[in-house]
Amino acid sequence: MPTDGVNKKRRRFLVATTSVVGAVGAGFAAVPFIESWKPSAKAQAVGAPVQVSLDGLEPGQMIKVQWRGQTIGILRRTEEIIGSLREIDGDLRDPGSRESEQPVFAQNEARALKEEYLVVNMHCTHLGCVPQVLPQVGPQPFEENWKGGFFCPCHKSKFDMAGRVYKGVPAPTNLRIPPYSFLDDSTLIIGVNPEGAV
Amino acid sequence: MAKPASSFSKSSHAFMAWIDKRLPVSSFWQAHMAGYYAPKNFNFWYYMGSLALFVLVIQILSGIFLTMHYKPSAEEAFASVEYIMRDVEWGWLIRYLHSTGASFFFILVYLHMFRSFLYGSHRAPRELLWIFGMLIYLALMAEAFMGYVLPWGQMSYWGAQVIINLFGAIASIGEPLTEWIRGDYFISDATLNRFFALHVIALPIALLGLVLLHLVALHENGSNNPDGIEIKANKDENGIPKDGIAFHPYYTVKDIFGVSMFLLIFAFVIFFWPEAGGLFLEHDNFLPANPLVTPEHIKPVWYFTPYYAILKAVPDKLMGVILMFAAVGILFFLPWLDRSPVKSVRYKGMWYKIMLALFAIAFVRLGMLGMSEGTPAQTIEMRVWTFVYFGFFVLLFFLSPRLKTKPVPERLTH
Repeated sequence: MPTDGVNKKRRRFLVATTSVVGAVGAGFAAVPFIESWKPSAKAQAVGAPVQVSLDGLEPGQMIKVQWRGQTIGILRRTEEIIGSLREIDGDLRDPGSRESEQPVFAQNEARALKEEYLVVNMHCTHLGCVPQVLPQVGPQPFEENWKGGFFCPCHKSKFDMAGRVYKGVPAPTNLRIPPYSFLDDSTLIIGVNPEGAV
Repeated sequence: MAKPASSFSKSSHAFMAWIDKRLPVSSFWQAHMAGYYAPKNFNFWYYMGSLALFVLVIQILSGIFLTMHYKPSAEEAFASVEYIMRDVEWGWLIRYLHSTGASFFFILVYLHMFRSFLYGSHRAPRELLWIFGMLIYLALMAEAFMGYVLPWGQMSYWGAQVIINLFGAIASIGEPLTEWIRGDYFISDATLNRFFALHVIALPIALLGLVLLHLVALHENGSNNPDGIEIKANKDENGIPKDGIAFHPYYTVKDIFGVSMFLLIFAFVIFFWPEAGGLFLEHDNFLPANPLVTPEHIKPVWYFTPYYAILKAVPDKLMGVILMFAAVGILFFLPWLDRSPVKSVRYKGMWYKIMLALFAIAFVRLGMLGMSEGTPAQTIEMRVWTFVYFGFFVLLFFLSPRLKTKPVPERLTH
């Protein structure tokens, strides 16, 4: 590059400004490509909140729905079940759900917005198997003092009727609670927190 | 010389002259093959580089033919691989070439890297050569991981689940980041489709570019050798290294012999042992991916298991992820961690032989433990070897400038 009679300051300025403008332009040009990796409108539509009617769900019954590729269980608990939750706190690893994943509104004894309904992500927090629901109270091959709950056939993790994990099983935390809210007394919406809640 | 040139030879000279005026074929051949002098004492370890290049060609060729039959969609992927295996003429061979080639690629790359640990091939002035090699290794790991997802079997699916969720350990951006990688709220068709694009276009282009840079950097200073001394320090009156021999024909012939031996073993595995007892193709991957059922025992393919063991050895998820990435990352700094005045293990003395042997055992043992169920005893063993793995680099940094070395010869030994 010839250098005589050159205004070096001006050349440096031009090189620097051109580079900066070019880099900013390249940055903006990258945005569409990076954004194209986000969940598409179709994926968002499929992953949209799911409405579930609770009409006809009798106390003690459970229904399962799919939300974002996960199985979500909705269990209508009886008064006895709710009453018995506190009895086994001593056998549980995280009875207060301090280390488990749930919306703040569900960080309570029943792990629910309304004690009557347990809305729970059915995938075991160990490796994602779907546990069986065994609501009957009474001795089980895997637990003498069974108060009803969930039992994972894959690696024998046990959870109570609020999805709280027992001590001494492979699952590290309680079953996850998805965000959900009630549209009215008999309609549940999974994927949306109640207004103002997190 | 006395014989008059034949008319054929005359016209072929004229043809080459015509070409050379337009494309520097002859000068390139002279600079990088016939007139490129390499140390005369290369041994077994010096087969790995050319063999890795050979396997890269196998992977690209077999890969191109696999894409002609494979369908990158969650609905069709698994069935299209079965179709390749059962219905496409010679499809089984093309797929086994590709799947076995992937594992052999890693075997060769690990041996190739170990050669550097032995003879100090990463030391000045070859640091960039080593770094390009490490970048190739990273690209290769990404390429292999995404390729493993494509058959859309159970282990493809759940392996991807575990690996992508590693990024979820990063505070606050983890969750959106995994969503961005997946393109969905769970591993789905969108994930498979983009991994296919990266596996067949983006990463191969990056790999080829990095291999080119690796070779350009290699030819700038020439190869190191088992003695770890510079042959260019001793040149004859024509400027040719006294301990050098022309790459062509000497090392081209050597490498062709290496390829023949390699193909013997490679063909045996392809024809008689393509699954390698679940090491090269895992049993769970013969079941179609099912997002609702997790396999009993999730583990990555063998070439990732040393790092997976380090991940499992740490009780905290984030720390485990950090340590796992650090295990790969620390290799980048190897040229600056080894501060010994000599390069080759031959002149470093016993301390280095012991350290290197322990390091190699740690890597292999971690690889074996990474595949295991992870009983409490195995977890403790994983911690011990993780400690040895990192200890090697720490000790190397502090001990290498201090410990005794043997005198280095002027010229290559035999």
